[in-house]
Amino acid sequence: MAEPTMVGAGRSGQAAAHLILVLGAVVIAFPIWYVFVASTHSLQTILRPPLPMLPGSEGIANYSEALGGGINRIGGVSVGRLLWNTAFVATAIAVGKILISITSAYAIVFFRFPLRMVFFWLIFITLMLPVEVRILPTYKVMVDLGLIDTYAGLILPLIASATATLLFRQFFMTIPNELLEAARVDGAGPWRFFKDILLPLSATNIAALFVILFIYGWTQYLWPLLVTNSNSMNTIVIALRKMISFADADTPWHLVMVTCVLAILPPILVVVLMQRWFVKGLVETEK
Amino acid sequence: MATVTLQDIRKSYGPTEVIHGVSIDIADGEFVVLVGPSGCGKSTLLRMVAGLESVTSGTLRIGERVVNDLEPAERDIAMVFQNYALYPHMSVRNNLAYGLKNRGFARAEIDRRVAEAAAMLEIAPYLDRKPGQLSGGQRQRVAMGRALVREPAAFLFDEPLSNLDAKLRIQMRVEIRRLQRRVGTTSLYVTHDQIEALTLADRLVVLNGGVVEQIGTPEEVFDRPATIFVAGFIGTPPMNMVPVDWLRGKGELDAVPAAADVVGIRPDDLDLEAPPGSHLTLPATLELLEPAGAESHLYVRLDGLDQPATVRTQGRPALADGARLALHVRPEALHPFVKATGRRA
Ligand SMILES: Nc1ncnc2c1ncn2[C@@H]1O[C@H](COP(=O)(O)OP(=O)(O)OP(=O)(O)O)[C@@H](O)[C@H]1O
Ligand SMILES: [Mg+2]
Repeated sequence: MAEPTMVGAGRSGQAAAHLILVLGAVVIAFPIWYVFVASTHSLQTILRPPLPMLPGSEGIANYSEALGGGINRIGGVSVGRLLWNTAFVATAIAVGKILISITSAYAIVFFRFPLRMVFFWLIFITLMLPVEVRILPTYKVMVDLGLIDTYAGLILPLIASATATLLFRQFFMTIPNELLEAARVDGAGPWRFFKDILLPLSATNIAALFVILFIYGWTQYLWPLLVTNSNSMNTIVIALRKMISFADADTPWHLVMVTCVLAILPPILVVVLMQRWFVKGLVETEK
Repeated sequence: MATVTLQDIRKSYGPTEVIHGVSIDIADGEFVVLVGPSGCGKSTLLRMVAGLESVTSGTLRIGERVVNDLEPAERDIAMVFQNYALYPHMSVRNNLAYGLKNRGFARAEIDRRVAEAAAMLEIAPYLDRKPGQLSGGQRQRVAMGRALVREPAAFLFDEPLSNLDAKLRIQMRVEIRRLQRRVGTTSLYVTHDQIEALTLADRLVVLNGGVVEQIGTPEEVFDRPATIFVAGFIGTPPMNMVPVDWLRGKGELDAVPAAADVVGIRPDDLDLEAPPGSHLTLPATLELLEPAGAESHLYVRLDGLDQPATVRTQGRPALADGARLALHVRPEALHPFVKATGRRA
C-alpha cells in the first residue's frame, strides 16, 4: 500500500510543518525549562531579575535541601515526604479504581442476577455527580468516620469510577461469547475465566486507564485540600500552594521551583513507562 | 468414549418452542451429522448437548449418566466452534493445555498429550505462536487439537469448516473424518452443507423447524428420503416434484402406492435417451441449458405443468433452447409422497 500523501508533502511544505511543530514545542516547553533553571539558582538570584536562561550552580544544594531537610513554610515537611504521599495516594486511587471498575463490569456483563440493569443505571447515573457536587456530604462522612488526615480519607472517596466501569463494560461486550463458552467447556469457572482470560485480554485497557487515573490522582486539588489539615499529610500540589506566600520575600522560590520539577517528574515517568507497555499490548493481543 | 442419547428433547425460549421433541441415539464411536436449513435449531440442539444451553424438557445421556443439569466441564465433551474461539493471548501450546491444566493433569501428561495432538494435526511447528499469527486453516487445526487433547467422551462440532475457503474445506473435511476414525470418539457434527453431511456422516439427522425429518445413513437418506422436505433438501440440484395424476398414461406406475399423490424424481434419473426395459416417457420443452464442466444442467418445462424441472446429464448435449424433449425415467427411480402429510407413501 502506498504511503498516504499529505497536504503540502513537498520539501518546502515539510519544512514549514516542522517549523510550526518546533515553535509549538518551544512555546510549551519554555515555562518548564524556566522552572528547571530557576530550581538551580539561589533564592537571591531568583529575586533579582532578570533570571538567567541557563542552569546555575545551586542545583544540588537546592534539591538536597528540599528532599532531605524540611521546608519551613509547610511546617518543616520534606518534599520527599510529599512525593511519597502523592505517589501512594495516586497509585492507590488508580489501582483501586481499576480493581473496582473491572470487577463491577465483569459482574454486569457476564452474570445474570436480579436488578442487574438497575445496578448498571445506578453506576451510570453517578457519572452526572462530579466530586464537587457530593463534596459536602462526603466530607461529613469522612469527619464522622475519623478519616480526616489519613490516607484512607484521601483515597476512598475518589476510588469509585463510573467512567472506568463503563469503559470495561464496553470492552467486555466485544469479547466473543464463544470465548466464554470455550472456557466453560475447558473447565474454567468464573474466577479462572476472569484471571486467565479476561485480565490478560484487558491488559492494554488497564495500562491506558492506569496512566489516565494515576495522573488524575496525582493532580487532585480540591479534595486533598479539604481532607488534610496536617502538613505531613499534604499531597505535593497542596503543599506547593501552601509554600507560596503573598509576600515575595516570604516565599522560598528556589524550593518552590524544585518542588514543581519534582511534581512533574512522576507523571511523566508513568506515561513513558506505561506507553511502551500498551503499545506492546496493542501489537500482541487481538480477539 | 460413550454413547450419546437424546430422548424427547425440547427447548423453549420464553413462550416459543424451537426444538419440538428430538430423539437421537448415537452409538459409541459413531459420527452423526445434524443437517438442516438455517434456523432449524441445529446449533441449539448441539449446545444443549454441550451444556451451554439449558434443556427445557427431555432426557440427555452421555454414556450412562443423565447430564441434563451438569456444567459443560462436567459432561466430558469437547467442542469445536465455528469461529474457533481460541484464546488470543495464549500460545498454541497453552490453548491446547488450558483445559487439561484446569482439570489438574500432571505437567508430564499434559506435555505428552499436547505433543501427540500436535503431531497428529501437524501443528507442532506453531506451538509457540499466538493464534493471531496463524492462517485460518491452522487455527482450525488448533481448535481441533484443543478438543483432541482432552480425550473426551464426545466431540461436538458446530459448523467448524464454514469459515474456510472451498479448497481448504474439502481438505479439512477429509482430515476430520480420518482423525475421527483414528481416535474413534463419538462425534456430533452440525452443518448446513449437505455435501459435508453426506461425506462425513455414519448417520445423518435431517432437522427442519426443530423437528427430526429423518435419521439414517447417507445412502438411506439419499436413496429413500422419508419426507418431501428431505427429498428437496438433500441432493443438488434438488429433486423434481411431479403430480401422480400428470404421470398417468406416460408409463407403468405399479411401483407407486395408491396413497401417493406426488412423485419425486432426481435430476440424474431423468434421461434424454430411452433406457432398456420399462420406463416412463415425459414430454418437455428445454428452457435453458447450463453447461457445468463435465456435466450439464437442463432447465425444462414439463408439458402442462407450471413449475420447471431440472435434468442432470453427462457431457454437453447438442440442444438449442426451446427444443422439444422426451425425458425417460425408470419406475424404480420414482419417490412417492403424500402431499398432505409430507411423508413417503
Ligand atoms: N437466545 C435465543 N432466544 C430466542 N430464540 C433463539 C435464541 N437462540 C436461538 N433462537 C431461535 O432458535 C432457532 C434455532 O436457532 P439455531 O441457532 O439453533 O439455528 P441453526 O439451525 O443453528 O441455524 P444456522 O444454520 O443459521 O446456524 C432460531 O429460530 C432462532 O431464532
Ligand atoms: Mg448454527
